[in-house]
Amino acid sequence: MSIDWQVFSPGPALAGGLMIGAAAAWFVWVNGRIAGISGMLGGLLERQPDAWLRLAFLAGLLAAPWVYGLVTGSTLAPTFGASMLRLVIAGVLVGVGTRFASGCTSGHGVCGLARRSPRSLAATLAFMGAGFATVYLFNHLLQAMP
Amino acid sequence: MKRLQIMRALSAFGVGLLFGLGLIVSGMADPAKVLGFLDLSGAWDPSLALVMAGAIAVALPAFTALRGRHRALLGDPIHLPGTRHVTPRLVFGSLVFGVGWGLAGLCPGPALVLAGAGLAPALLFVAAMVVGMLLYPRLDRLFQ
Repeated sequence: MSIDWQVFSPGPALAGGLMIGAAAAWFVWVNGRIAGISGMLGGLLERQPDAWLRLAFLAGLLAAPWVYGLVTGSTLAPTFGASMLRLVIAGVLVGVGTRFASGCTSGHGVCGLARRSPRSLAATLAFMGAGFATVYLFNHLLQAMP
Repeated sequence: MKRLQIMRALSAFGVGLLFGLGLIVSGMADPAKVLGFLDLSGAWDPSLALVMAGAIAVALPAFTALRGRHRALLGDPIHLPGTRHVTPRLVFGSLVFGVGWGLAGLCPGPALVLAGAGLAPALLFVAAMVVGMLLYPRLDRLFQ
C-alpha cells in the first residue's frame, strides 16, 4: 500500500466532513431525526406518514449540485468507471443491503459512530470491509471482467 | 400548527442541502475518488477517512449534548434507534451494501446528489437502488 499524494485532498475532505457533521447535528437538534439517507428514502417508499419531511430532506440533497453551481460557478465532473450493467447490479445491492442493515454510510458511518452505537460500528466495519474486498477483487484479481 | 409544519420541512430541506454540499465539497460525490479510498492495494487516497473524521468531530459532541433531552427544537420527539444488538441481518445487509458500494463507488447520498445534477449513470444507479429497496420486504420474509 502506498498513499497517492497527487489526489489526497485533506483540506476539502475535512471541510466537507465538517459540513456533513453539522447537517447531522442540525437534523437531530432541530427535527429530532437521524440524518440517514437510505432510511429517509426507504421510509418514503414504505409510505411512512412523515413523507413531506422526507421529501423536503431529499429535495435538499437533489438541489445541492445546483446551489453548488450557483455559488462556485463550476459544475460537477464526476468519473463513473462502472458499466451500465455494473451500475444496475451495484444499485440493487446498495438498495437491498442498506434496508437490511437499517442504514448506510450516513446513518451508521456518521450518525451511528457519533452516537457510539455498537450496531453502527459493526455495520461500518462490515460495509467498509466488503467495499475494500470488492475493489481488490475487481481491480486486481478479475481485471479482465467487464 | 401549519406554520410549524412548514418550518420543519424548511429545516429538513436545509439539512439535505448542507449534507449534499458537504458531500460535493469533500469529493465524495465522485465515484472515482471513493474507489481511490476503497483500493487499499493500489495508490491509496485516504481522503474519505478525513471526511468521516470531520463529520464525527462535529456530530459526536452534538449527539452527546442531546442526552436527557426528549424534544427537538421544533417540538418533535427525538427519534433515536433503541436497539443496540448486532444482528445477522445487520451484518448481512452491511456486507451486501459494501459489495455494491465497491462495485460502483456510489452510496445513497452521493448517488442522489449526482442524480439531482441530472447525470445519466447516477439516475440509472438510483433507479436500481429504489428497486432494491422495494424488493427488500419480499427478501426480508425469506430471512425469517
